[in-house]
Amino acid sequence: MQKFVKETGLVAPLDRSNVDTDQIIPKQYLKSIKRTGFGINLFDDWRYLDPGEPGMDHLARRLNPDFVLNNKKFAGATILLVRDNFGCGSSREHAPWAILEYGFKAVIAPSFADIFFNNSFKNGLLPVVLTEGEVDTLFGLATAEMPVEISVDLETQQVSGPNGFSASFDIDAFRRICLLEGLDEIGLSLKETDAIRAYETRRATEAPWLFRE
Amino acid sequence: MPGRTLYDKLWDSHLVTQRDDGSALIYIDRHLLHEVTSPQAFEGLALAERKPWRLSANLATVDHNVPTENQSAGVSAIEDPTSRLQIETLDQNCDSFNVTQFKMGDPRAGIVHVIGPEQGATLPGMTVVCGDSHTATHGAFGALAHGIGTSEVEHVLATQCLVASKMKNMRVTVTGPLGFGVTAKDLILATIGQIGTAGGTGCAIEFAGEGIQSLSMEGRMTVCNMAIEAGARVGLVAVDEKTVEYVRGRPLAPRGEDWGRATEAWADLVSDPDANFDYEIVVDGTLIEPQVSWGTNPEMVTGISGHVPDPKLDDDPIRRSAIERALRYMGLEPNQPIESIHLDRVFIGSCTNSRIEDLREAARVVDGKRVADSVIQAMVVPGSGLVKEQAEEEGLDIVFREAGFEWRDPGCSMCLAMNADRLGPGEHCASTSNRNFEGRQGAGGRSHLVSPAMAAAAAIAGRFVDVREWL
Ligand code: SF4
Repeated sequence: MQKFVKETGLVAPLDRSNVDTDQIIPKQYLKSIKRTGFGINLFDDWRYLDPGEPGMDHLARRLNPDFVLNNKKFAGATILLVRDNFGCGSSREHAPWAILEYGFKAVIAPSFADIFFNNSFKNGLLPVVLTEGEVDTLFGLATAEMPVEISVDLETQQVSGPNGFSASFDIDAFRRICLLEGLDEIGLSLKETDAIRAYETRRATEAPWLFRE
Repeated sequence: MPGRTLYDKLWDSHLVTQRDDGSALIYIDRHLLHEVTSPQAFEGLALAERKPWRLSANLATVDHNVPTENQSAGVSAIEDPTSRLQIETLDQNCDSFNVTQFKMGDPRAGIVHVIGPEQGATLPGMTVVCGDSHTATHGAFGALAHGIGTSEVEHVLATQCLVASKMKNMRVTVTGPLGFGVTAKDLILATIGQIGTAGGTGCAIEFAGEGIQSLSMEGRMTVCNMAIEAGARVGLVAVDEKTVEYVRGRPLAPRGEDWGRATEAWADLVSDPDANFDYEIVVDGTLIEPQVSWGTNPEMVTGISGHVPDPKLDDDPIRRSAIERALRYMGLEPNQPIESIHLDRVFIGSCTNSRIEDLREAARVVDGKRVADSVIQAMVVPGSGLVKEQAEEEGLDIVFREAGFEWRDPGCSMCLAMNADRLGPGEHCASTSNRNFEGRQGAGGRSHLVSPAMAAAAAIAGRFVDVREWL
């Protein structure tokens, strides 16, 4: 897995709540059997004026000038700022894949949908939960007139920015260490092979019908 | 020991190791796979030279991409090359890893959340996962079931376990019996309207109370299916006699001596009377009327006698702008009566409402009537090949066809429009599916979530009507 230790970069503010995974990466792109190639279609319906289909030349499509990521001031942004319940909807891991490939390293929101939150960690994308108030403050700072840089530090669990902005965030210990060290979760779990086998043996006597071939 | 909730019991019985850092390894009894979220997982497995841990725990089907016409022509007849490749990739992966799969055209194939229970692949007391958020459906059997991402699909294939941390316990108690003509779909839509699309975030929701107990297993599946639209990965219903009867005799259900032992164990799959829930919600089932969603997420819903809301009357600025945006997208006016919304298409199907009872309910409304001329297309897509066969045995296909509905082959179809079935821009659709997000059923399409009976009545009337007056 990709590591995440600290990221300092421009913030792109996407002022919407309940952004669902169909918005993050529309379903027509889920037909791919690869893990890559999704960044160009991140927020496809909002980003382009014409409808998109896989296989077309996306660079030739008309950009929606009103969409925040199309504003040149936010070019190269690596931190995405959003509202409540980001990533709701489907379990598609294509959503974090698309966000990462676009160039974002972290997403800040007051809350995330569970599966999206979980999927992000598996790919080295850091979802940061701040309070409504802190997110509001960041939206106040990160405007098109004056794009700002902030830092997200996983080691110290701090977000810091201009005007003395500073906020701390929680993260569970296992996810933190996996991200900091870029650990392979499957490899880690396979170290517990004996425990898994022991569980199966015990369970097969309690509930044998679960283990019939 | 204090009482435990059903979720606590399921968690405890699947705990392999509790780690010091708060995470845990839990054992997975059943892993369901489909073509969209598995290719990268199989690829990862192959690259790392790993093998599936326990082959018999896995069952695969094709559903999201399959065309719903002429399935018997086979995979090679799929026009869209990317859809075809994805299905072929699953076929190849299942063949090379030896995973049991119902291929396209197999009567047992269908929507993954329909076929699991149908085959008895989903059993009470199991942990069930699938790379699909509507895996919550299987919780109707007192199973701990939830959606996972592709990395986790690979993890489950390789280890038969998941790294998890325990969710919170929420109970939604639905009091009273549901009113005449009110269905499980109306119940779950109204509940989401009440608690919101993030209301259950971080929780396993147990649905309880008279309103739930009185539902059939299919109705309970409809309710648990949409737990995810309430923000919860897991929906649960305690096991009772209906659960056991539904499972009895299914192809993968326990047999002989196993059956006796299993049913004995399943009797304990209820929350203890003194169990503690972190959150308790009460929904008055007697007050619910048939529901229609008017907006672009499932909490934007109201009763058939209601109106589209007026954003000006909402004093929360974020909510106000969300309503404004939704009305713009949906092409609706503030205060417009729900009954004045006209439909261009009608879709009866999806893992929420494509089982035999759903089709019967819709057919009852349609019988002897005609789809309104203003409706471009009304389609019925059964959830599996076996549901389709059953419906045809009962003559439901004839009822639908004679009324002007299209009778299709099984699959996800217009629930998410990955195949050829989709809405055109600006079209309004009465849909029995679970998501009304922007573009969900086709770019620019406008989805209204309803029950099968409401969708059927809307097809006939050409607009939303109160189906209770038709029953
Ligand atoms: S029917 Fe719809 S919600 Fe259900 S699995 Fe298929 S695409 Fe997902």
